[in-house]
Parts: sequence; C-alpha cells; structure tokens
Amino acid sequence: MNANLSVAEGGHAPVAAPHPTHKFALLLRREFWEHKGGFLWAPVIAGGISLVLTAMAGIAGEVMMNRASSSKGFDVNGTHMSINGLDLGMLTSKMSPEDMRQLGGAVDASLLASSLWPIIAMTFVVFFYCLGALYDERKDRSVLFWKSLPLSDRDTVLSKVASATLVAPLIATVAALLTMFGFLLLASLLVSIHGGNPVQLLWGPGSPLAITGHFIASIPIYALWSLPTVGWLLLCSAWARSKPFLWALMIPAFSGIFVSWFDIMQVFNLQSSWFWKNIVARVLLGTVPGSWFDVARLEHVDVDGPRAVSEAMNLHAIYSVLLTPQLWIGVIAGAAMIVAAIRMRRWRDEG
Amino acid sequence: MNTVRDDSASAVISARGLRKAYKNKLALDGTTFEVPTGRIIGLIGPNGAGKTTALKAILGLIPFEGELRVLGRDPRTERDALMNDVCFIADVAVLPRWMRVREAIEFVAGVHPRFDRERCERFLHGTQLKPQMRVRELSKGMIVQLHLALVMAIDAKLLVLDEPTLGLDILYRKQFYQRLLEDYFDEQKTILVTTHQVEEIEHILTDVMFIRDGKIVLDAPMEDIGERYVEVLVNGDRVESARALRPVDERALPFGKTVMLFDGVPLPRLSELGETRTPGLADLFVATMKGTYA
Repeated sequence: MNANLSVAEGGHAPVAAPHPTHKFALLLRREFWEHKGGFLWAPVIAGGISLVLTAMAGIAGEVMMNRASSSKGFDVNGTHMSINGLDLGMLTSKMSPEDMRQLGGAVDASLLASSLWPIIAMTFVVFFYCLGALYDERKDRSVLFWKSLPLSDRDTVLSKVASATLVAPLIATVAALLTMFGFLLLASLLVSIHGGNPVQLLWGPGSPLAITGHFIASIPIYALWSLPTVGWLLLCSAWARSKPFLWALMIPAFSGIFVSWFDIMQVFNLQSSWFWKNIVARVLLGTVPGSWFDVARLEHVDVDGPRAVSEAMNLHAIYSVLLTPQLWIGVIAGAAMIVAAIRMRRWRDEG
Repeated sequence: MNTVRDDSASAVISARGLRKAYKNKLALDGTTFEVPTGRIIGLIGPNGAGKTTALKAILGLIPFEGELRVLGRDPRTERDALMNDVCFIADVAVLPRWMRVREAIEFVAGVHPRFDRERCERFLHGTQLKPQMRVRELSKGMIVQLHLALVMAIDAKLLVLDEPTLGLDILYRKQFYQRLLEDYFDEQKTILVTTHQVEEIEHILTDVMFIRDGKIVLDAPMEDIGERYVEVLVNGDRVESARALRPVDERALPFGKTVMLFDGVPLPRLSELGETRTPGLADLFVATMKGTYA
C-alpha cells in the first residue's frame, strides 16, 4: 500500500521490485513481540494462579468441613445452611424466586471477583508499558534502528497507543473470561460433589454469558477513557531524560498538592477534590478498568442488593459513559498529549 | 516520474550553509558540500568536529538551519518519504536487544517496500546467526553482520554509515567493507561513511571530505588527492630550500631527515628535494587537523 513508485531504473541491482507493506500490522506485532511477557503471560499467569488458589481453597474447605462434620452447620449471608450432611439438591428445590435472585447475584459477584486478577495484572502492565514505550528505545538507542526504516513517528506512536488501549485489554479480557469459566467449572465440580446440580445452582442463576458480553463491550469504553492516562504517560516517556516514572507521578501529584494548598479551585467555585478527581486521577488511574464507573448512569440499579455489581454491568450503563463530557474532554486531552509525544519523538536529539 | 528525479541525479546530497548550534558549541558552521551519485565518500574529522551532526541532519533526525536536499527532498519535512530510499547504520549495536533474528527479518520485510528477503537470508547463510537467536545473545560482530545483512538487502539509493565498525575486531572490520564492495555497491548507489579508522577505508573510498569545527576543510576525489598532495623525504641539507616552497606540514625523522607535505607544488620541483611519495589519508588528516585539540 505504501509502495514507492520511484522506478527501479537501470536494472543493475539484482533486487526484487518494491513489494506491498503492512506497516501498522507489523508495528503492532513488534509491540507484541517485545512485550509478550506483559501483554500475554502476565494476565494468563495471574488468572492461572487465582484458579490454583481457588482450587486449593476448595480442597481445604472440603477437608475442614469433613473435620467439622459433627458441628451443626454455618451461616452464609445470614441464611443458615448446613451443607455437610445436607443434600444441596434439596436446598435449591426449597428456594423461593427471591432467593434465586439473591443467589444469582452472589454467583455473578464471585464470577467477577474470579476474573479480577488478569485485569489487575493488565492495569499495571499497561501503565508501565506506556511509561517505557518511548523512553526505553531512546535509552538503548534502538530508536535509531526504528528511525532508519520508512516508518513515520505518527504511525509508530499510534501503534503503541493501540497496543495499550486495545491489544493489551483484549488479551487480558480473554484471559479473564477463561479464568472465570475455569472458576465456574471448579465451582460446578464442588457443587456436584455435594449432590447439587451445577446448572440449577450456578449456571442458571448466574449470568456468565452476559458478563462475557459486557466485558467485551466495555473494551472500547476502556480505550477511550484511558486515553488521558495513556497520552500523559507516553508524553512523559517521550520527554523525560531520565526517570519517567517519577516525572509522570510527581507532576500531577504536586500540582494537586499545590492546588489543595492554595485552594486555587475556589476561583472556579470548585473544591480541591474536583482537581484530584478530574485531573490527577484521570492522568494516572485511567488504565484501571472500570474507573469510568463513576460517571456511568446507574439509575435503575439497586445499589445495596447482592445483584448490585452485575446489574451495574449492563450495556445501558456502560455505553451511557459515551454521553458524558468527562469522557470526551479526556479523549481530546489524551489526543493532544499523544500528538505532543509524536512531535517529541520526531525531533528529540539523542546525543 | 523520471524528470522529477533527474535534477537530483547529479547530486544525492547538496548542502549549503548548514548551521546547528548546541548549548556550548557550533556543531555545524556554514557546512557546504555536494555528494554525487555512485560514490563512496568518507566524512572524516576529529571527535566533536560535527560528523555525526551532519549525518543526523542528512537523515532528518535533528532540526538545523540552512539548505539541504537529499535525493531532492528536504529531510526536515519529507523524512518519511525519504527513508524509502535512504538506509543507515548509526553506530554499532542499535538493534533492539529483545529482538530475534527471525523477527528482525520479518519486520523489515513487512515495513520496507524495497527489502529483498531472499537476499538477506543469503547474506546470513554463511554466518553463525540462527533465526531463533536474540540480539542480546549475539556478539558485537554478529550484531553488525545482522544489521549489515538487513541493510544490504534493501535497494536504497543512499547508505549512511556512522562509525559502523567501531569496537569490532579486524576480521569483522575487513569483512564488513569487503561485503559492501562486493555485494552491495554499484553506480546507482551512494555510500557516505564516517570513521576514525582512516587507513582501513582509504582504499575503498572514491571521495573524501575532511570536517573540522563544523566546516568542510577538504573535499576532493581520491585521484585528486594523489595529484595534489606529495610527501617528500627531505635531506637535512635541503630543509631550508624545501621550506621556501611552503609545506603544509613537516615532521622530523631520526638521522636528520624531515618529511614534508606539499599541496599543489609541481612534482619535478619536489623530486629535486628528495624521495617523493603519495601521502596516506591518515598523514593528510593529521596534517590538516593539526592543533585541533590544542
């Protein structure tokens, strides 16, 4: 597509004719090659470890319950249930619709919790990936190799933005969902051991498929919401002569302290907390998934019940973020910082 | 298409009045030169003379003042297009250390329209490099072999080399330039190279430029160097008459003899003074740069 048409005249050189290139695809693969450990293995291992821990907890629980078989039972959510000795199948048959609803909420909450670790790993990976993306190549001077190829600074930096906002979250989401289903299988196993029907007790009341859909649906929101952070970190990465981490952290933190100290936001009739929430947090914590939750419209949600978490995760709430000025102002600010990072990479002279 | 290229066909690089100031010194100070097509030019100068700055300007890596066309384009504004036709090896070991040999080939093949994969693999065939190896596992010499194979497989019009053999042993150094001459260079291509190891490249250069304090102080084809400059081994009793011919440099040898370097003095006159010979580039360099670090 970028084939340069300037002729291979003369025919002296025994060299093939210009061939089409796939620059952006290759740039994305290059980021993946370099950061395979962070993008792929970190979430996969985090998910794997959480599954192993769950399995171990399950086994430990079994052992403890066997030991305590003489005891009368224990409390779960205020409902007295005696699992040991009692058939779980009996339990479901006696549950009212309201109980089922509560159970479903509890199942969904634990499904979400089980999928958390790959996502947490990704949060850190993306943060440090952005910090190093334009700094490491200057430090080891490999930027001179990248710049010896017909790749524009714009495409190069944008490939890093896409890696941070789309590739890494996509991989982490897949890892999180696999972990979630792994957890569901483990739980099903435990339930069946106790004579329960996993379909009735877990798969039916819980909504793993809806959660899957919502996870995937929220990736674009994540990408847009994280732009100010990604832009800020890339800018620090392109600008700092050393210690980009300190600069990236200190500048927003100290401006926050400065603002709080002198109550500068009062000029705009705002609290200092506004600055912390809308500036400092946005440039530092944007890579935390779901940090947009705060601005989402959650009007139909019963926030106290056990279904709160899963109800908050609905398409309406997720995409309501697209209607908030906070998102779009952040996108513009992020884009501006990315443009600045591109210019910085273009002209920065590495002694 | 061709007509656009034709005005640049005579000169691959034309620089006029380049100026670049760093904090405490001028790296380029009115630098002016032309590089014609199909030449191998050595840009030679002492440390801090502005060699690397000049190369960076040509490659569009830094902002500067003055007029510069590379293949008819301004590297400041048309860098992205320019890099389809220009290759460079900046220093040694700038290949990313995490990369595997196979990934490097795949990447360059995917982003460079003029990269010939088979050619690259042919160059690597005789070496110890294996596709699975990572750059960080390679020796310095092997990294340069890889980089050179990547670059030589690109059909570029201008190749810029900045100290390409620094830190390599003599075997790799010889092999490097041999490769370039045998498998890469032809009359369509131009190579611009900076190095300190003057003796090793003087036989492959077609042109030489000396740079000092950001100015080009000598710019000549190698043939001219032989005609212009003559070194004479002057006997002790003829030193005074030799000095009258204004040598550009003189240095004493043991046993009362003196070696003098003359610029543009007719050969017959010099033969009267003593034994004459064509000076090496290194001697010429030392004579020209005298007092640089004083």
